[in-house]
Amino acid sequence: MNEILEIIEQDPKKDPSEIALLTGYSEKEVQTRIKELEDSGIIRKYKAVIDWDRVGEEYVYAIIELKITLGDRSGYDTIAHRIASFNEVRSIRLISGDHDLSLTVRGKSMKDVAFFVVEKIASLDQVQSTVTHFVLKTYKEDGVPLFEQEKSKRLAISP
Amino acid sequence: MTDVKKFLSDKIKTVPPSGIRKYFDMVIGMDDVISLGVGEPDFVTPWHIREACIYSLEKGHTSYTSNSGLIELREAISDSFHNDYGVDYNPDDQILVTTGVSEAADLALRALVNPGDEVILHEPCYVSYKPSIILSGGTPVPVSTTRDNEFRVTGEQIEAAITDRTKAIILSYPNNPTGAVMQKQDLEEVADVVVEHDLLVISDEVYDKLTYNGKHTCFSSLNGMEDRTILLNGLSKSHAMTGLRVGYAMGPPGLISAMLLIHQYTMLCAPITAQMGAIEALRNGEAEMQAMVREYNRRRRLFVTGLNRLGLDCFEPRGAFYAFPSVKSTGMTSSQFAEELLHQQKVAVVPGEVFGQSGDGFLRCSYASSLDELKTALEKIEEFLS
Repeated sequence: MNEILEIIEQDPKKDPSEIALLTGYSEKEVQTRIKELEDSGIIRKYKAVIDWDRVGEEYVYAIIELKITLGDRSGYDTIAHRIASFNEVRSIRLISGDHDLSLTVRGKSMKDVAFFVVEKIASLDQVQSTVTHFVLKTYKEDGVPLFEQEKSKRLAISP
Repeated sequence: MTDVKKFLSDKIKTVPPSGIRKYFDMVIGMDDVISLGVGEPDFVTPWHIREACIYSLEKGHTSYTSNSGLIELREAISDSFHNDYGVDYNPDDQILVTTGVSEAADLALRALVNPGDEVILHEPCYVSYKPSIILSGGTPVPVSTTRDNEFRVTGEQIEAAITDRTKAIILSYPNNPTGAVMQKQDLEEVADVVVEHDLLVISDEVYDKLTYNGKHTCFSSLNGMEDRTILLNGLSKSHAMTGLRVGYAMGPPGLISAMLLIHQYTMLCAPITAQMGAIEALRNGEAEMQAMVREYNRRRRLFVTGLNRLGLDCFEPRGAFYAFPSVKSTGMTSSQFAEELLHQQKVAVVPGEVFGQSGDGFLRCSYASSLDELKTALEKIEEFLS
């Protein structure tokens, strides 16, 4: 099962017949297992890693750190679920250290992101303070380097 | 102009150039070649190992090490064999760190062989064994293995090749170029012959970690073989460290000290930077190594199935990263096939005969290339065959 997941994580477009070839399972088995993985929510979504800078479609990303004051009846999950509802929020994590939650936010401009943080996030009752770090450049995303890698210098023939 | 060749030793004149060289020369200068001719991982050495090398340089570790290698490295090697195979080698006097496994093989042969001694080796096999035997003054005695027996050598074959001049046997499983492995009972057969005829075994197990569908059997773990085996291994293949050149030999103290004697007057010691990287690889490199092996396994399935679909009969290789398909059905020799394939489709492979007479009619295709490259290579081979 993990082997199928590993292959799909590397390449979600891989055909079940090829996954069957790579893993030694039958194609039918691969299809059944993928369906099970999708149904159980282990596979959440199939996604591409895109270098938007190259497209010329410039998004502005920011990492927002939040200090949270927990209410009597609300925990981190409650506030996290609420913040997760905003489309601008790309990721949200509970973290250790000086802050409690770390968000990645995407907008069309710095102003866009700044207004979103001020108006939608900082105004929430449980949010005690925010620190905004604008992303200047992304070098690696989801394990994929976004810069040119040197080509292999292996000899074409070797012992 | 002085004829410098007249200065060459008689011994060097008897060593033929590597058959691989010819194909290397052909490929040089060609663009866009898809190469299945490489005998090394296509992965880069994992970052934490490279970092250990960099860190050692930053700290100024640029000195000689003990001739035997850093004691920390010998301890890490000893621990790994204890954990993996239950065999125990004393880091003080039973392990010698060398500059790659090739040096270890050369040292073993030079330490053992007297002029006229015979060394049995199974073919097809790695290209350097035969020349190394000749350079040590010995006579190579090849034993052919066959496709029908999945390129495993039998105790019976070895026994038939033994004469009163036989000194040692070279075993190399998982095998380069065939990908063949020997099961425990196959090796026990060989061990019986070794005891009966009072021989030594040089067992090159550099591909031990690249074993699929089962567990590798370490030759020295067999009954009575610990005292009769020089076990060779290294980190080139398992941890994608070919250029760092870290190999090692393990065996009875009397043999290792003889090898050390030659090593200390020639290579002196393996480079300290590479040894530092090797310590990190052995202590913390298991996860990356396993990930690479899983990836090779996938490529193996895809590539071998693809070759068989194209009608190039290929038994299932169970180790290393080579497929060894037969081209006999095409009516071409392996050299013709390899040369034509290179010129027509720009796919580089190595003809099997380079690895010994019994390799004729086969190709060594390395699947240490990306899945996309392997798929393209299969398409090009299909086009070549049609």
